[in-house]
Amino acid sequence: MKKTFELDELDCANCGAKMEAAIKKIDGVNDCSVSFLTQKLTLDADDARFDAIVKEAKKVCKKIEPDCEIIVK
Amino acid sequence: MKRKQKRILYRIIISAVLLAAVRIFCPDEWWAAFIYAVPYVIIGYDVIRKAVLNIAHGQVFDENFLMVIATIGAFATGEYMEAAAVMLFYQTGELFQSVAVGKSRKSISELMDIRPDYANIMRDGELVTIDPDEAAVGDEIIIKAGERIPLDGVVLEGESSVDTSALTGESLPRTVRVGDDVISGCVNQSGVLRVRVTKPFGESTVTRILDLVENAASKKAKAENFITRFARYYTPSVVIAAAALAVIPPLFAGGWLMWLHRALIFLVISCPCALVISVPLSFFGGIGGAGRQGILVKGGSYLEVLARTETVVFDKTGTLTKGVFNVTAVHPESIDEGRLIELAAYAESYSTHPIAKSILDAFNTEPDRSRVTSCEELSGKGIEAVIDGLTVCVGNDKLMDSIGVKWHPCHHVGTTVHVAVDGKYAGHIVISDEVKETSERAVAALREAGVSKTVMLTGDSDKVGQDVAKRLGIDEAYTELLPADKVERVEALISEKSEKGALVFVGDGINDAPVLSRADVGIAMGAMGSDAAIEAADIVLMDDDPAKIAKAIGISRRTLRIVYENIIFALGVKALVLILGALGHANMWAAVFADVGVSVIAILNAMRALKIKE
Repeated sequence: MKKTFELDELDCANCGAKMEAAIKKIDGVNDCSVSFLTQKLTLDADDARFDAIVKEAKKVCKKIEPDCEIIVK
Repeated sequence: MKRKQKRILYRIIISAVLLAAVRIFCPDEWWAAFIYAVPYVIIGYDVIRKAVLNIAHGQVFDENFLMVIATIGAFATGEYMEAAAVMLFYQTGELFQSVAVGKSRKSISELMDIRPDYANIMRDGELVTIDPDEAAVGDEIIIKAGERIPLDGVVLEGESSVDTSALTGESLPRTVRVGDDVISGCVNQSGVLRVRVTKPFGESTVTRILDLVENAASKKAKAENFITRFARYYTPSVVIAAAALAVIPPLFAGGWLMWLHRALIFLVISCPCALVISVPLSFFGGIGGAGRQGILVKGGSYLEVLARTETVVFDKTGTLTKGVFNVTAVHPESIDEGRLIELAAYAESYSTHPIAKSILDAFNTEPDRSRVTSCEELSGKGIEAVIDGLTVCVGNDKLMDSIGVKWHPCHHVGTTVHVAVDGKYAGHIVISDEVKETSERAVAALREAGVSKTVMLTGDSDKVGQDVAKRLGIDEAYTELLPADKVERVEALISEKSEKGALVFVGDGINDAPVLSRADVGIAMGAMGSDAAIEAADIVLMDDDPAKIAKAIGISRRTLRIVYENIIFALGVKALVLILGALGHANMWAAVFADVGVSVIAILNAMRALKIKE
């Protein structure tokens, strides 16, 4: 499944790049792209574990940039 | 400015004033450090907070952490003023950067501000406003003057001129009448239109374009990936170099404090943000600028490849030609021109063949069918009809041969339709697909842009194909091709070109989808093109104008130049300040400039990509 999330308070471009690299390493993630300019995260991951992966991605994101939040609608 | 940015601005002002006051009034005693710490904390507390949080998470190479180390280091070496001022400058730079990025983000999204907010729909005799998403296929919507067309549809009532510039870059408005299709995202300029919705919002043009543009940012260019990879190694390398600088030289030469101070300068420069931000911003700007011209690029990577274009391969019908058949020549023999068309049109009046349609269009009057007393279609040959008591035969060479009428071929290229009246040759009509007005200029512009080879592929007859290619100045033409042959041909052309050059294919039809994906860059003609072709393409030309190809190549090259300028500038300044810092010729102020100052300049430069020269 491929889904796009908005990122709130992503203030630094390099953090975005770091997040992208870190999220790609999560088990079950096929592809991930963080766009600092559109403030969006595109996540392509296994259907079965999608929600768990999103949760993990949120954690990773917090770790790199404490103020940044992945908005799950 | 956002609230957050305003808050930072106030903090910058307060701490700047405080710092100036402290500088003037504070005596040079040991406890001065504590006084200087006040403005330092005011301006830097969020950086300190993030640094603490991130170090707890094991993020050793976090920019906040490094910045705090550098400034605290400066405090420790007795440079109180410098420590506080560097933090102040850093925050000012960050603010500039955030404002500049916000501005550019806004100006790019304004370009793509084509999303309609509402639709007016007739419900129980009353006009109500609904979300375009709620409208269904078959609903009737009203579009008043000045409103944006919310959904794709067909005009039921009204006549108006429609501004398509947001979609196509074409500044001349288009006139629409009853029966014409209208595209969502355009603006209705003059009259009121009643439109029947033909596509749900999710599949309408405006949604497709917005999806395409939003996804463009996730398809990263090679330069972008290079720079993020580079950033991953850059920070640790500079930090390690800083550590080495702090320890190794003083072991031999002494002067621990001086070397420590130089090492701290390294830490300030270690953030790669200028690079990481300016490269994607340039591509984003290039994509936005192209979008304003009606050229939709699906990702930065395609701009990168497009800049290396060496061979351009065209499909003929619908790409270089209009894809609409028209009467291009009328050659009467024994009767006058109008009479020839009239007879042909009456004979064809019951036919639905595209050729019949083009003859009827040329006749341009509704035929009075009662004048046609009999009409017989002779498959593969033409039509035999009795009109006003005259036996009229309209068709190809075979038909003329079979009724024993002597005919002669036409020197014009196209499909020749012969007409015989009562067994006597009356003349012929030539029907062909018209070449687009801009095609010739498009090919010439490509040559000027340094494209070394232009090729045309077509399923059409050799005579027609070669003629079009010759007229447009295309180098090679391959004719009578089946869709599978086109893929093979393109593969052969790819193997012929140089290693670095790219092959661009431009097409429109559904048959082109495999070729569009096989080419290095596939360009689809938008408005006329099929959904499958647009899906398979990397770049979509909204207004079907082949002249936009050279323009797209120009935009791609300009964008790439800006990208390289930024990479070289940012790396150059950082390297220079690192060297000067190591030799003791640069202070921390220079280092802050090399960090945030360079970012701001690179961002401003990147914004140039958005502006496209006419």
